[in-house]
Amino acid sequence: MALFRRTRNKISRSKLEQEIDAEIQSHVEMRTADNIASGMSPEAARRDALVRFGNRTVMRERVTEEDAGMVWDSLVRDLIYATRQLRRTPAFTISALITLILAIGANVVVFSVLNALILRPLDVPQSAGLYNVVHKETGFDNQSYPDYVDFKARNKTFRDMAVYRIQSAGLAAGTAAYQCWYYRVSGNYFDLLGILPGQGRLFHATDEHGPQSAPYIVLSNDFWHSRFASDPGIVGAKVYINKRPFTVIGVAPATFHGTDVFMWPDFWMPIVNTPDDEDTNFLSNRSMHNLWILGQLAPGISPQQATENLNAIAQEMARQDPTADDGLSARLVKPGLMGDIFGGPARAFMTGIMLLAFLVLLAACANLASLFAARTADRSREVAIRLAIGSSRWHVLRQLLCEAVLVSVLGGVLGTIFSFALLRGLTRWQPFPEFPIRVAVSPDINVYLVALLLSVGSGLVWGLVPLRQIWTTDFTQAMKSGSSGTMVFRRYSPRDLLLGAQIALCTLLVTASFVALRGMQRSLHAPLGFQPQQVLLAQTDLHMGGHTDKSAPLLQKRMLDDARAIPGVTAVGIIDETPLGTGGSSTPVFRTGTTDLRQSNSAFSAKYFSISPGYLEAAGTLLVSGRDFTWHDDDKAPRVAIVNQTFAHGLVGNESALGRSFLMGQTACEIVGVVEDGKYDSLTEAPWAAMFFSLQQNPDTDTSLVVRSQLQTSDIVPALRKTLAQIDPALPFVIHTWADALAFVQFPARIATATVGVMGLFAAMLAVTGVFGMAMYSVSKRFKEFGIRVALGAQSVQLIRVALARPLVILLSGSVAGLLLGALASQVLSHIVYQATAYDPVVLVGVMVTMAFLGLLATWIPAQRTLQVRTARLLREAEWPWPQARPVRLQRQRLAAHDRVRAAISPPRAYVG
Amino acid sequence: MARNDLQGSLDLLVLKTLSHVGEAHGYGIVLHIQKASDELLSVEEGSLYPALHRMEMNGWIRSEWKLTETNRKAKYYRMTAAGQKELQKAEKNFEQLVKGIRAMLRYA
Repeated sequence: MALFRRTRNKISRSKLEQEIDAEIQSHVEMRTADNIASGMSPEAARRDALVRFGNRTVMRERVTEEDAGMVWDSLVRDLIYATRQLRRTPAFTISALITLILAIGANVVVFSVLNALILRPLDVPQSAGLYNVVHKETGFDNQSYPDYVDFKARNKTFRDMAVYRIQSAGLAAGTAAYQCWYYRVSGNYFDLLGILPGQGRLFHATDEHGPQSAPYIVLSNDFWHSRFASDPGIVGAKVYINKRPFTVIGVAPATFHGTDVFMWPDFWMPIVNTPDDEDTNFLSNRSMHNLWILGQLAPGISPQQATENLNAIAQEMARQDPTADDGLSARLVKPGLMGDIFGGPARAFMTGIMLLAFLVLLAACANLASLFAARTADRSREVAIRLAIGSSRWHVLRQLLCEAVLVSVLGGVLGTIFSFALLRGLTRWQPFPEFPIRVAVSPDINVYLVALLLSVGSGLVWGLVPLRQIWTTDFTQAMKSGSSGTMVFRRYSPRDLLLGAQIALCTLLVTASFVALRGMQRSLHAPLGFQPQQVLLAQTDLHMGGHTDKSAPLLQKRMLDDARAIPGVTAVGIIDETPLGTGGSSTPVFRTGTTDLRQSNSAFSAKYFSISPGYLEAAGTLLVSGRDFTWHDDDKAPRVAIVNQTFAHGLVGNESALGRSFLMGQTACEIVGVVEDGKYDSLTEAPWAAMFFSLQQNPDTDTSLVVRSQLQTSDIVPALRKTLAQIDPALPFVIHTWADALAFVQFPARIATATVGVMGLFAAMLAVTGVFGMAMYSVSKRFKEFGIRVALGAQSVQLIRVALARPLVILLSGSVAGLLLGALASQVLSHIVYQATAYDPVVLVGVMVTMAFLGLLATWIPAQRTLQVRTARLLREAEWPWPQARPVRLQRQRLAAHDRVRAAISPPRAYVG
Repeated sequence: MARNDLQGSLDLLVLKTLSHVGEAHGYGIVLHIQKASDELLSVEEGSLYPALHRMEMNGWIRSEWKLTETNRKAKYYRMTAAGQKELQKAEKNFEQLVKGIRAMLRYA
């Protein structure tokens, strides 16, 4: 009931006020009548009656404020007043808004990406309890098909399990042909995830009847839309994948993009089928680890229970097949980021960037806090008047908070709009045309909540700073001396500490940017184990032309011969997968004489590649000793290998490895050459052992033709394309320079550099405005003091020293702290960026010059102001540096304030009550 | 521990007045308290009306506009059943406060 009455009052506030007025009116009249009856003059009687009430407006407010519901009403009034205040100081409002838009916008962008890639579960109907089952060792995530079958059959903790692998192929429909990325998935894949068809039907476990029994594919909605113009007649149509016929049985719904958040397949194919002849062996080979297991926990089962269950099964399997399943273990990871391969670094990187973004926001808040505190100090007269005419301190504070939160929320809304525009661009962005990599970021309720929380939170943080100022305002003092008297300059205030921390953060980010940039620059000249300059790559998979491993060597030899004949070409060679490309398989290597070929008995693991004669020369890989392969190292000759120095050292120590043998599976290989070490998977990896086999002895349809020439890229590309088309017109090639192809491995470092750079720029801007604001303010407040100093004979240098000593000390100590922190932070960066270190003279000098420049930028104008001191004028006027042209409106407000003060002059008598 | 602040005692004075006279307007309450306390207590008008409004919101008193003996419109307050209970509570609290303060004074 009370609530109802209060709500009703809220609605009829004006009516309530009228009633209060009427009630007071009748009270005053009765008192006046009684006073006259007791012998007072009419005027005195009325005055006495009125005075007893004190300030009538304040009292009326006190009556209405007894209603909890009225808080809303007064909030609206506060907001209107806050808007008016903010409009009156556009410089403050605009600088606060820009700061907040940048800081909150950056946070929303980073959080949205973090949310889309890491926090949000997969966008599938049944996403609860979904996990990838990987091995315990990080980075060793793939499973073999027989292991999957055993896990699936023997476990008691999963509702269901499915497998998938990612492959590429050429798809031809009618006259058009495309290179596609697709998933080969077990039949129960769609049912496990609860996906329903968008068009036609999906395949199920019941469609699988052994190898090559289900020649169906399901198109993704995007692929259907972009390649088939959303033609519903596609269901039932025949398409050719690597020249083999498949039937399109359906289209996936528009919301389903596969089970990796940033890799969107073009279509799905049953795993028992393959467009390549020999590629179903893995279905029965326990040692071929090339699958991702995706499982959904049974209801009521915890991930822990499931892990224990799977590990027990893994031990059992290792006992049954010690060679293939030696040391098999299981671990559950969140799906969507290819287990730990991308998940680990992505999580660490995104968390780091989120932290940086948050620090930038804190720096922004620190800036605004000092601005706001200065603004409050300048308004101390207004605050004093309001306190004097009966406003409570809490009310004044609420008013100021209202202004802060209003600006923050406005900045937050604008920042969010701005960041969504950016994110839309990010969603459309495809960093690599040849890979289906997408960063689809669509804001959800979490993002909006975080944006709101950050806006209101930051508003409260910097809005509460003047708390102490208001609580300690002594209004009689403040009214007398105006604003300048209230500002006390202590040696170092918390505000200075804030500024110092902010500069430290800025330096940290500037350092990190320099370290990352230096690393990027160095990585261009890093010893890669090959020379990518002046080299063109033509990459394809011969399967796409319907060729097999057996027919591949002949075709590859023809490609080499024809390419070498192009004028200007100096060397050619073929490798199956280029180092620092996308592939890069490793396998255990055994010493000769080992009989029990389980993994724990291996000497080490090594990367392996297949190369043609001449590849080493074309790639610019240095042959340290021994010989290159020749065309005589074919399948009839003894097995030979070329290894890198790490491999040689691992096998025979400091002796010569030439002529020595090792076991690769059951086959013994003789080492005929040793090459320099190189980078194989990433620029930041530790040295790997690597071995190269003869393409004729270890054939592969993956073909990267390496062409070195003196010609311009634009000259040689058409010639190369023409030559290759003559060999097999149906074979699609990706032709690019090797330097461009390396963009893939440099991608993480590039993203890291760009992000750190942008954050560094933000932080630098904030630090400059922070120092500038602080220096400017303190200079302006001390003008009178400077005037006296000049009058007493202070020279310019002395004056500047007095004025800018504090900003400079803060700048210097903040920079030093930031540099130290930056040195620590670059160790984190070294996982992403090649040879990232802060102990580099270029980095150190760069950071110092940058910070000095920023410092100069921030203090130049305040220093100029200091030197403009005109003694006589200053001693006369306390507030000279502030704008002279006060608008007329303010004048009117001053008069109004004056009236209010006069109304409050007659103090209420001291009564009990 | 009883809630014994000044506001509590103002509520008590108002409720007691209403329970005594049955119905009164704000000015009447002020006069009554002054008279009944032998001119020792005087209620500040600035505090009375917020208190009346709060008590009305709490449902302890009801109000209605009526004419006074001198034909002036005034808002008359009357106690409700909830107000009766509140009065008993407030009286008890006040007794305790007075007892406590007496004990303190004797002891010191």
